[in-house]
Parts: sequence; structure tokens; C-alpha cells
Amino acid sequence: MTSPRPAPSRRLDRLLEGLMVWVLRAGGWVSVLVTLGIVITLVTESWPFFVEVPVGRLIHDTMWTPLFAEPQYGISALLAGTLVTTGVALAVAIPLGTVLAIYLSEFAEPRFRDWVKPMLELLSAVPTVVYGYFALLTVTPLLQKIYPDLPQFSMLSAGMVMGIMIVPYVTSLGEDSMRSVPMLLREGAFALGDGKLGVALQVVVPGAFSGLAAAYVLAISRAVGETMIVAIAAGLQPKLTMNPIDSAATVTAFIVQVSLGDLPHGSIGYQSIFATGAVLFLMTLGFNLAGHLLRRRFHRAI
Amino acid sequence: MRSETFYREQEMLGRRRRASDQRFRLVGMVLTLGTLGVLGALLLNLAVHGLSRIDWQFLASFPSRRAGEAGILSAWVGTLLLMLVTAGVAIPFGLAAGIYLEEYAPKNRWTAFIEINIANLAGVPSILYGLMALGLFVYQFRFGQSLLSGGLALACLVLPIVIVATRESLRTIPSSIREAAFALGATRWQAVWHHLLPYSTGGIATGVILAMSRAIGESAPLITIGALTFIAFLPPAPLMSQPPFVSFDWLFSPFTALPIQMFNWVSRPGEEFQSNAAAAGLILIGITLSMNTTAILLRRRAQRNIQW
Repeated sequence: MTSPRPAPSRRLDRLLEGLMVWVLRAGGWVSVLVTLGIVITLVTESWPFFVEVPVGRLIHDTMWTPLFAEPQYGISALLAGTLVTTGVALAVAIPLGTVLAIYLSEFAEPRFRDWVKPMLELLSAVPTVVYGYFALLTVTPLLQKIYPDLPQFSMLSAGMVMGIMIVPYVTSLGEDSMRSVPMLLREGAFALGDGKLGVALQVVVPGAFSGLAAAYVLAISRAVGETMIVAIAAGLQPKLTMNPIDSAATVTAFIVQVSLGDLPHGSIGYQSIFATGAVLFLMTLGFNLAGHLLRRRFHRAI
Repeated sequence: MRSETFYREQEMLGRRRRASDQRFRLVGMVLTLGTLGVLGALLLNLAVHGLSRIDWQFLASFPSRRAGEAGILSAWVGTLLLMLVTAGVAIPFGLAAGIYLEEYAPKNRWTAFIEINIANLAGVPSILYGLMALGLFVYQFRFGQSLLSGGLALACLVLPIVIVATRESLRTIPSSIREAAFALGATRWQAVWHHLLPYSTGGIATGVILAMSRAIGESAPLITIGALTFIAFLPPAPLMSQPPFVSFDWLFSPFTALPIQMFNWVSRPGEEFQSNAAAAGLILIGITLSMNTTAILLRRRAQRNIQW
């Protein structure tokens, strides 16, 4: 028999309880503080920039050269780069990711799936700087064999590699939502005589639609915010072009390019990266919130 | 009675369906293996160009203008110290936030706001954490372009990963465990400390490893705060032979890190620098992939061992 322990002190317990509630609550607040930190920093540091540069010039100028003696502030030149690289990445990631999700959820043997899913997740564990190296020094030379006029820096190869990077996001979120479509629906369709592919495309995919849409939206957010791959492989010169073969800087690549130089606090270069950062934050915030709401809707519907 | 042709048509239809199922199964298999093949090609490529470059000299040398003499000493030391700061900040705060949201928080608007906020933070591009660190830590708090600023930026970046992992592994514990603890007179914190945390260690450890692996590979936030790429010295040592034995001077030292060093080499022309980049990349990817594999195995074991 164990010796009887002294009666625990309830007062001490309650004191500790009250203390821990506050400690833990403070932890929750830190996440809010981080968001506040990002928003306040972006607003205050980019404020002088937006005061100096009228919105009209942001829209009407066609070049983005805020560091030149005669600066141009056409942010569309940067947005075009982001749009094209994101477009290329999605053209790879959405079809590929969706097919993989359907295959893994509806067709693959469970043992094969359990083995492949974590392997696929490793694709998103590769550091982005390594993907940048791969795009610049492997994929671009490969594409140049097919299309000799491809320049050394190209949005096409950066976008393609970025697409591979975000495949796991689409596949894993998509597969999760397809698997949570109730079995009864599938059985109903099978009973009516449809095959596996028919059930997958006509019952499972529509049933998982808002979950899939959330996966796509979050993939867009990833692609828009991705930095190192485009900074290394797509070029650092802002250029208003919609041609994926070209090289052009994205919003994120511009921030990297300016950060690499000497950057005195309060200079126009310093302010310009916060201004572009603010634009980037608003874009990804929109996609993130949409993705979050779509996911929540999906979980409620199932 | 249905006619003969009806049944024949039905059989044809069934055969066609099975054929298209088979075709899709093949396409899916090929694409899955093809996608994994990209990872294989990437690793092979790094190994071919970089493996011969990795030796003692490479690990023990500072960066240099001459590619053949350059190494990653300051880079891996920098990465190690950065992770010390990141883990020291992200783990306690992430755990606290996760426990609070899962076990304590009332279901009200404020909690819902914190939840949406964390979901958004997880999707904020890493470079924006760098901008925040530049404006807030480097200039406002005057930490400078130091290990402290860099480590804090990465800690903010991975905080949502730790929070989400903590919450998810607490959520898998059935409420009967909590009720049993309360029935014996435990306070909420006692239930957390003596029961819930020990049962969710596996899941939390998985999340922490994934978070650290993410932080090790990040370069954009560090470039933004102006981490130098040419650092030919080491930060002051954290441990000393004389009292007070511990020093925190290293926190304010300028630094470089593995991904930044690799970026620096990638963007230089010349075969030799690129093989340095491949070597650094090989080490970097070796670290992150083995951390992620550990996390996956840990998650599997945690799921297998505990059957509620």
C-alpha cells in the first residue's frame, strides 16, 4: 500500500488555475499581436509612399521604377508578373492536383495511398530556394532544348516549378474533402449502374465542391505569395507583359530585389517595398478569408 | 420481357465503363509516380552537382570570393542559432495559444475572431513576416539586422503551425478523459497538465518538428530584414568559461543562414559557385526532408499506439 499523501492544498490549486488562465490567454493574444504588427507596420511604413504617389499614377503608369531619378509607379507591371507566374503555376497544379486527389480518394488501394500521401507532402517540405535553383538550372535549360528562344530567366519555368510545389496543397485538401463525401451517395450511384469514374466525376466531385474550391483558393494564395522561386528563376526586372516566355519581376521578387541593396530607413526604396507589401497582403488576405469560409461551409454541409 | 438487344447494350455499357475506370486508374498512377519523380529528379540533380563538394573543408570554411575555398561554416552556425531563437519563442507561445483555444476559450465572437486570424496568419506570405520584422524589430525595437530579429520573424511565421498542431492533437482526446479528471476534483489546468498534454505529446511534437523544418528552409523573410550574405565571422559564443557562463551577445550579432548562402551562390554566374549552391541545397534539403520524415513516422506511431 502506498503511504497516504497529505491533502492537496485547494487554495494553491486555484491560485495556479487563475494564473494559468491568464498565461494561456496571453498566448492566444500573441497571434492577434502578430497580425496587428504586420498590418500596422505595412500601413505606417508605406503611408508616406501613398501620400506622395497619387493612386492615378499607380494605375496609369506602365513601368515600375520607383528607384529611378524620374520614377514611374505603374504597379500593373509587377501585378502582371504575379498574375502570369500564378497562372502558369495553377495551370500545372489544379489539373494535376485534382486528378491525383480523385485517384487517391476513389481509386488507389488504401495501402498505396497511405504510402504515397506523405511522400507527396514531402514536395511541399522542399525549401523554396532549392526549388528556385531547380527551376533556374534544371527546368529552364530543359525547356530551352524544346524552345531555344527561351531566355535564361523565364516566368514559364518559375511558374511550372511553383505549380509542382503547390500540388500537395491541392491534393491533400481535395482528397480530404472527397473522402468526407458520405459513402451512401456513392452507393446510390453505383446501384443505378454507374462506374467508378462516373461516380467520382458526377457524385464525389460535385459533393466535395466547396472543399475543392477552398483547396484551389488556398493554392492561389500560396502562388501569389511565393517569393524565392520567382526571384531566382523569373527575373528581377519589372515588365508589363502577359507572355509567360518573358522574364518579369513579381510583387514579391521586387521586394527581394530592393532588400538585396542598401536600404536606408525612410528612403523611397524602403517605403516602396512596404507599399508593394501592403498590396500583397490585401490580395492574399482576400484569398485566405475566402478559402477559410469555403472550408467552413464545406464542413457544415457534410 | 426486355428484348435481347437491351441486355446486350447494357453489357456493352458496363464494359465501356470498366474500361474507362481502368484507363483513369492508369493515368492516376502514372501522374502520381511522375509527380514523385520530380522530387527524385531534384534530389538526383543536387547530388550530381553538389555531392562531391561536401567535405570537411566545405563545412568548416567561411564564404569566400574564390568558389573552391568557400564554405558554409557561418551559414550553418547561423541557422542553428536562429532555430534556437525561433523554437524558444514559437513553442511556448504556440502551445499556450493552442491549449487556450481548445480547452479554455468560451465560444464567442472574440474566439471566432482569433480563429479566423490564425487561419489567415497561416496563409500570409513569408516575405510579409520579413517586412514586419524589418519595420518593427529592426528599426522600431532597434534589434538591428541580428539573429534576434531573424529568429523572431521566423517564430511569428511558424506560430500558426504550432497552434494548429496543438489544437488538433488535443481535439482527438475524448472528453471522457477530461470528465474523469474533473470528477476527481482536478482543476482545468491540472487536467491539462497531468492528462491532456501527456496524451498529445506525439501530435504536438510532430507539429513542432514540421514548424522547425519550415523555418530552416525559409529565406525570404531573412533577406528582407537585410541579413548579410557575406559573413566571415561567427557570432559570440553563448557559453563562456568564466562567470556568468552564459552570454546573450550572440542575439544581436549579424548573421547568415544556409538558405541565404545558397541563394547568394545560385545568383552568381559560374559553374563552381553553382556546385557550391547544389552542395548547400543538398544539406538543406537533407535536413528538411529528414525532419519531415521523422514527423510523419511520429504521427503514424502516435495514431497507432493510442486507441481510445
